[in-house]
Amino acid sequence: MSTTAERVRGILNQHAKLSADARKLEETADLYAVGLSSFSTVQLMLALEEHFDVELPDRMLNRRSFESIASISNVIDAVIGDRVAG
Amino acid sequence: MTTSQAAFLKQLLEHGILIDMGVDGLYGRSGVFEDVVERFSILVAGFGRDDKAEVIRFPPGMSRGQFESSGYMKSFPQLAGTVHSFSGNDHQHADLIANIEAGKDWTDGQKATDVVLTPAACYPLYPVIAKRGILPQQGGLFDLHSYCFRHEPSIDPARMQMFRMREYVRIGTPEQVLDFRQSWLERGEQLMRSLGVPVVLDVANDPFFGRAGKLLSNNQRDQKLKFELLIPITSEENPTACLSFNYHQDHFGTKWGLCTCADTVAHTACVGFGMERVALALFKHHGLDVTTWPRPVRKLLWGD
Repeated sequence: MSTTAERVRGILNQHAKLSADARKLEETADLYAVGLSSFSTVQLMLALEEHFDVELPDRMLNRRSFESIASISNVIDAVIGDRVAG
Repeated sequence: MTTSQAAFLKQLLEHGILIDMGVDGLYGRSGVFEDVVERFSILVAGFGRDDKAEVIRFPPGMSRGQFESSGYMKSFPQLAGTVHSFSGNDHQHADLIANIEAGKDWTDGQKATDVVLTPAACYPLYPVIAKRGILPQQGGLFDLHSYCFRHEPSIDPARMQMFRMREYVRIGTPEQVLDFRQSWLERGEQLMRSLGVPVVLDVANDPFFGRAGKLLSNNQRDQKLKFELLIPITSEENPTACLSFNYHQDHFGTKWGLCTCADTVAHTACVGFGMERVALALFKHHGLDVTTWPRPVRKLLWGD
């Protein structure tokens, strides 16, 4: 089964309109530097929620959560972790 | 807070400064109120005179097509006002009249026209400037003033549904646009302090719709894209935004294909004055009788 980060890369390529291929980016690369806009972040958020069947809490809806593949993966893992723990 | 809003509104209506029109947020304005708005507008123009902005006045409606392209519905669908008109036949007209007389919903047959109420004074500007072609080296600076509509009925007299927004809009390189915003952050505060009202400058966000809006709001705050000059009108704890200073980055530039002479996407920024809000702040702090306003304030506005 693919890791969260690998799945995030696929979703980025489909929804984020980046100027680079997300599969070739470093996990910590700045996504805003490769063209992630505010409105693309909204599309990305909705796609991530649908794909992982989660709802990101308001406190995670900020610029830092979406700044890199690593930060997005951490957010998703944390939300899934909370759900399992809960 | 709603008690103090209702009390201030009652006071304004009783003194005939605003005139009830039967809908929250929709008021007639007295001559006294209009005089304050006009004098303030002249004062603003004085502060901006040396910049030699191009004056353009748009009506309070804009093209529906351009409105759709602007992306406004992505962010603020709850605030938009669209103009609809009857376009049916004789039979449907008879139904319409019967429904009105019976107190039933008669709006089924209303069809969207090509006009949408202007949501912010700068919205009609961008496509007009894009059509002119590449910007000159010094970029563009525009002086706008328009009635705007936002669907947010409220008893707060400082939250009208139809109100005037005076704006300066800068279009150019990021440096040109940020310099403009910085200069107006300073001027705006100086201008309002000179009118003897207490002001606070704060980072702000637009009222984006829904959960996605939460993300956009947080992004806007994180990047300090919007500042507001707040003045207490009906509440000390929640002062009212009377001026706003907005940096749109390349949002409108990309949307409308605005290009600098160096063939880069133009950035935009604007300073907006909520004319009714400023007038209400002055009435609140200096009293409902303008002849008794402090001498320095009267001198600035009326030259007394």
